[in-house]
Amino acid sequence: MYLGYVAKRFAIMLLVIFLAVSINFALPRMMPGDPIQAELSQVMASGSGSGDITAMVKSYQARFGLDQPVWHQYLAYWQQVFSLDLGYSLVNYPEKVNSAILNGLPWTLSLLGFATLISFSVGTILGGLIGWPRTPRFVANLGSGVVLLSSVPYFLIGMVLLYVFAIVLKWFPAGGGMPFGLNAGFNFETIRGVLWHGTLPALSIILAEIGAWAIGMRGMLVSVLGEDYISLAEAKGNRPGRILTRYGMRNALLPQMTRLALALGHIVSGAVLVEVIFSYPGIGFRLYQAIQTKDYFVLQGIILLLSVSIAIAMFVLDLIYPLIDPRITARGR
Amino acid sequence: MRNLLAAIGAELARNRTLLAGVVLLGIIIAVAILGPLLIDPSHAKVGATIPRSPPNGQHWLGTDGQGRDVFTALLLAMPQTLKIGLIAGLISLSVGVALGLIAGFSGGIVDTVIRLFSDVMMTIPGIAILVLVASNVREMTVELMAVIVACLSWMVATRTIRAQTLSLRERGYVQIARLNGSSELKLIFVEVLPNLLPFIASSFVIAVSNAMLATIGLEALGLGPQSELTLGMTIYWAQFYGAIVRGMWWWWGPPIILISLIFIGLMLASAGMDGFVNKRLRSD
Repeated sequence: MYLGYVAKRFAIMLLVIFLAVSINFALPRMMPGDPIQAELSQVMASGSGSGDITAMVKSYQARFGLDQPVWHQYLAYWQQVFSLDLGYSLVNYPEKVNSAILNGLPWTLSLLGFATLISFSVGTILGGLIGWPRTPRFVANLGSGVVLLSSVPYFLIGMVLLYVFAIVLKWFPAGGGMPFGLNAGFNFETIRGVLWHGTLPALSIILAEIGAWAIGMRGMLVSVLGEDYISLAEAKGNRPGRILTRYGMRNALLPQMTRLALALGHIVSGAVLVEVIFSYPGIGFRLYQAIQTKDYFVLQGIILLLSVSIAIAMFVLDLIYPLIDPRITARGR
Repeated sequence: MRNLLAAIGAELARNRTLLAGVVLLGIIIAVAILGPLLIDPSHAKVGATIPRSPPNGQHWLGTDGQGRDVFTALLLAMPQTLKIGLIAGLISLSVGVALGLIAGFSGGIVDTVIRLFSDVMMTIPGIAILVLVASNVREMTVELMAVIVACLSWMVATRTIRAQTLSLRERGYVQIARLNGSSELKLIFVEVLPNLLPFIASSFVIAVSNAMLATIGLEALGLGPQSELTLGMTIYWAQFYGAIVRGMWWWWGPPIILISLIFIGLMLASAGMDGFVNKRLRSD
């Protein structure tokens, strides 16, 4: 039963990756215009290049295999993907796309990982408090305010935070990943600098996400509090606080945990725009720069990374689901 | 029809969250429709005013770095942004309802294919495809933006409608109609579709909200309609010209407030409808 389920999920993951790679291959080729021609003309126009443009286009086309038949290019693209060679950046040549991604990844992963865990913990506790009838009125009202805040897109919150705390009050830096000119190393200075620069980006994600976690927790807690074992616990004379934490929130936590796993799966694509607002040197900021400068191969490389990482994360999550909640395989989903 | 209106009125009177959302959205839509009629659109052109002046008697919300009057630009941008949300919401809802009904009613291989397709589409990150398409299109327009966003947001509606169709088609009254010899088409349109209305309404609000979120995100990345005024593009230009660092709060502040109000209105409406839809479920 479990094996059949795993096989089916695995097939879906392969299908998604296949589609993502194919779309990544096909879209630029379906569009009108020749990116290489356009790119080179731009380089020429800006005066930073010289030489015969037609010959250069030819040689570039040969270099990227664009003079071959389409199916040939398609197979070559797959070969490239399998050998994890995503080519060079057009703008920052000779930087490789791989190294562009690898430079950004640690920043994004640590920022998002930290922000997700914090907002999960705070939001879950907050949701528990809102859903609990004995919670003081003002706490519940405060909670509703935070929930409303969560409907505002996170990068807009980031802009306000940036203005208030970095421009007006000057408590935090306005951008970057660490103090300018600092030699990175494993020491107190570096860690302090990274944390200092990461505070505002993290805070804007946290403020926007807390509400979503709180809503989920509140919904689950309300339905759990209607269960018979809660009445039994009350009849046995347990203290209300104990009923909330031990009987209520503990049972409401399971769906929250699966949603946490899901959120961690989306961690790479999570907060592109926050990175843009704060010029944070992660994957998202790199994606933005690639869009701005039409850096084709970096753009494709990052998007491929996003698609594949989500596909794999979903698969892993599907593997874990039945272990947490046996009803899923039993229903033969 | 009158019954339906009366039912909606009674629900609004009881459901304060829904009422708040509907009133807020109503005000926003009214401003978006009436606003552009009351102002002189030429003030929103680049270079129409003295750039970078803070709010004053003549320019209520100041002027931006390119010499647009911010107040005028916002009034012109609002209907555009709402238009993207509405078109994208309508398209993705129609696709969702159609596919959901077909999948729910026919079952078998058709159902499997539709479900697999929407599962796969849900896994491929929308922003990836959006970035690829948007960065490859020559000239982005408001309408094209709406279509692109809609192509990637029909899955939620499909799932909701399919699940509801599956449960509705086994209900007693549908079975009786079937035994009475009603055709499948008549079953769908007369028996099932009217009962799906609350779900369709709440799916619509969610679809519009998701579409606008995706749109504003794309626009803020610089992939929106460069030559048109929308709320997202205003944010993008403000960000592009460093309005935050230069302390020009009147340039980026007002669009943020407007966008926030729109999303808060949509969330209140959606939360209110959720209570309504679930109550129906409970009383059934």
